[in-house]
Amino acid sequence: MSAKHTHISDVLVIGAGLAAERSAIEAAEAGLSVIILSLVPPRRSHSTAAQGGMQASLGNAAMAKGDNPQIHFEDTVKGSDWGCDQEVAKMFTETVPSMIRQLDYWGVPWNRVTAGKKKLPSGLEVEDTKDREGLITARDFGGVAKWRCCYTSDGTGHTVQFVVDTVVCKLGIPVHDRMEAISLIHDGETCFGAVARDLRTGDLNVYLAKSTVIATGGAGRIYAASTNAVINEGTGGAIALSTGVVPLGNMEAVQFHPTGMPPVYILMTEGARGDGGYLLDKNLHRFMPDYEPKKKELASRDVVSRRMVQHIRAGYGVDSKFSTQQHLWLDIRHLGRQWVWTNLREIATIATNFNGLDPAKDLVPVIPTQHYTMGGVRTNKDGFAYGLKGLFAIGEAACWDLHGFNRLGGNSLAETVTAGYIVGKQLAKYTLGATQTFNYKLIEDFVKKEEERIKNLISGKNGRENVWEIRAAMQTAMMDHVHIFRTGPALEQGVAKLQELYRRSLKIGLRSSGQGANPELAQALRMPGMLRTALCVAYGALMRTESRGSHFREDYPKRDDTNWLKRTLAYWKEGADLPTLDYEPVACPYMPPGDRGYGEATAGPKK
Amino acid sequence: MGRQLTISCFRYNPNIPGDKPRMQDYKLEEYEGMTLFVALNEIREKLDPTLMFDFVCRAAICGSCAMLINGRPRLACKTMTRTLPSRFTVMPLPVFKLIGDLSVDTGTWFRNLQIRTESWIHTNKKFDFNALEVRMENKTAEAIYEPERCIECGCCVAACVTANIREDFLGATGINRVARFILDPRDERSNAEYFEVVGNEDGAFGCVGIMACADLCPMEIPLQENLAFVRRKMAAAGLKLQFPGVKIS
Ligand SMILES: Cc1cc2nc3c(=O)[nH]c(=O)nc-3n(C[C@H](O)[C@H](O)[C@H](O)COP(=O)(O)OP(=O)(O)OC[C@H]3O[C@@H](n4cnc5c(N)ncnc54)[C@H](O)[C@@H]3O)c2cc1C
Ligand code: FES
Repeated sequence: MSAKHTHISDVLVIGAGLAAERSAIEAAEAGLSVIILSLVPPRRSHSTAAQGGMQASLGNAAMAKGDNPQIHFEDTVKGSDWGCDQEVAKMFTETVPSMIRQLDYWGVPWNRVTAGKKKLPSGLEVEDTKDREGLITARDFGGVAKWRCCYTSDGTGHTVQFVVDTVVCKLGIPVHDRMEAISLIHDGETCFGAVARDLRTGDLNVYLAKSTVIATGGAGRIYAASTNAVINEGTGGAIALSTGVVPLGNMEAVQFHPTGMPPVYILMTEGARGDGGYLLDKNLHRFMPDYEPKKKELASRDVVSRRMVQHIRAGYGVDSKFSTQQHLWLDIRHLGRQWVWTNLREIATIATNFNGLDPAKDLVPVIPTQHYTMGGVRTNKDGFAYGLKGLFAIGEAACWDLHGFNRLGGNSLAETVTAGYIVGKQLAKYTLGATQTFNYKLIEDFVKKEEERIKNLISGKNGRENVWEIRAAMQTAMMDHVHIFRTGPALEQGVAKLQELYRRSLKIGLRSSGQGANPELAQALRMPGMLRTALCVAYGALMRTESRGSHFREDYPKRDDTNWLKRTLAYWKEGADLPTLDYEPVACPYMPPGDRGYGEATAGPKK
Repeated sequence: MGRQLTISCFRYNPNIPGDKPRMQDYKLEEYEGMTLFVALNEIREKLDPTLMFDFVCRAAICGSCAMLINGRPRLACKTMTRTLPSRFTVMPLPVFKLIGDLSVDTGTWFRNLQIRTESWIHTNKKFDFNALEVRMENKTAEAIYEPERCIECGCCVAACVTANIREDFLGATGINRVARFILDPRDERSNAEYFEVVGNEDGAFGCVGIMACADLCPMEIPLQENLAFVRRKMAAAGLKLQFPGVKIS
């Protein structure tokens, strides 16, 4: 077979989501040639699914008065449970306001401040003043001191991705969609590009570049129930991990969003609670104030999710008509039909489409659901991946480490464009000074290796394991053993199951012929990498004997700053069936570890 | 026990030498809340791993999964099987290039559309990192958001009589896209400049008015109103080009 086409550019961006495209713009504007690869057309990337909004301290709305980057910084650090990189959080919070305004300049139709007195669902009266009218407004979100979540209805990701993509079109940056990177080409020191499989034809392609950017989004689909798109399989991180020299950082830090809607687990945005929605139990009692008197439904996501599961465990869950798993209710009826069908229109439509419910008059079933991958390809604050020169990572695929152990809602979209800009500049600078070298033998070897894998999967040389069965078993193991509440023994069992599945994944044989752009082959090629990723999550969680942010160990329920103010680095050595874990210290130069002001430390359990 | 469903699928993979277009039946048992997303994945995982189709968000917001379901262009992910008879057909969208089975290349089609209509903000202003944003009425922002909601699924194009016979027709989605920029005060293009793009038979004047698109839009975008809006603007611009002195509001 051998590679069908070879493409050469200065910069190769793997991914076409917001992080990817924003960094590509920066590189192209520096005069570099850029190629973007993506599983899907850019406008179908998962970023378009983001609903609620983007955090930036513009301070325009009445409830945003007095906001500034410092307060945003403090909220972010608290949200992260002091797990984030504070240098990164500083840079980010200072840059993000101009990013929002640049998006406005490019065409995002941000909702604006309208002057006048308003009564909030809480009963509070506020006034938006004339001097701010027409500036970009904001809504409330979880874990924040000020309203700073900028939005366009509840289709923020959609409008932002569409607008950023218009700039990519305008600059003429080529996008090769339906082109999946399946391995990185490197010599253990430098990354030279990637081998990719064409999802239209099945052909292998080679992409060579001075700089390669991993911007492939999250890995939610290692879990059975996730709010993520079905393409979020973490393949970018997996191919970096497979190099043996690039570590994934903090993979045990997985966010569970309080309001996934069963049975499909599509997200009901946090904006619903931000705008004044409640969580109710089987007695239609609003229970969050019992646990979290200060922030109520708007404590950080890790806290609200735990409280919900705790409340269900205490016997207050609602029986589901779909499964044995109980749920709770999201109530936004009191916001009024006008509000629901204007500002929360997307989720109202989703509730109608998938559950036949009208949230203006019906309660919506919700349950905490896997939502965000805080961990990822570990980089320094300029976005350079650890371990390989010429390799960068940004967005959800990266551990730049803005989010530590819990990401604040609205900080992720904001991260994508801000990192795209900041890292984009650094990567342009690096690339302008780099020279391209072509080691044909090395490239050929990498292509051969992939061809060999494909041949063996088709012939069944290594075995006849069924890829779909292995995937389903992995997703169930993650649900059963590596979820919101974790314990040592359960994690141990989980790791053992995943190891067994990993060994089986090396013996997959196709049911079909594997010809052309065969979907079974695509899944089979990803499967060992997905299991390695899952093992990084499970094993990292097992070894971290403390609770921090979204990582909650029932057997170690306290945060332990003496021993665990550190970041996990997971490496995968050739031939291993477990990651090798290493740790690096987390510095707190601006804000020493303290109390978050919400969560188990301050509020007691339900009496 | 649920109904026994028979899903009759179009099959053809142009990349496999010797493959021929055909319909193939798959039988499965229906259960509560089953969508076509669930059903087609079940077919792939249990019955036929070669079946090609596209899902991304499975939430009816990314536009990946449009196909002809019993002859009607719809998003498969939000189509509940209970709304269909126990035997139904699924076919790929027409107009777009076939990739294989139910998968079509909407991506390339829409990319070309963006480029042909220059769908980006045209402005001579420079972005100033230190300046406040330009003020805008919230009403205006909401008006822009309405057409901006298009998810580029291609349902309107597949249903369009003109698009099925004229390869270069922009379709309702294209005209809607242009409406979005006309509504946006940040775009400095004049009506005459838009006229260059859509003031012809491949644009606003190609539509023969059957308006199958309007009922089919899964986002319920008012395609008909947007077409009328663009036509009015273009008719005015057209007149102005012909009779430069004429004053038209
Ligand atoms: C339902 C939902 C709602 C959300 N709402 C919000 C919100 O309101 N506010 C907020 O801040 N955050 C929100 N988030 C989180 C946020 O949307 C994501 O974290 C963010 O959009 C990720 O962007 P990204 O650019 O890193 O990746 P994505 O947008 O996921 O893009 C990944 C890209 O990589 C490509 N890709 C992947 N693997 C490969 C490969 N191997 N080869 C080639 N290409 C590949 C894909 O095709 C895609 O183009 C939400 C998330 C979900 C799930
Ligand atoms: S999968 Fe996204 S619209 Fe159907």
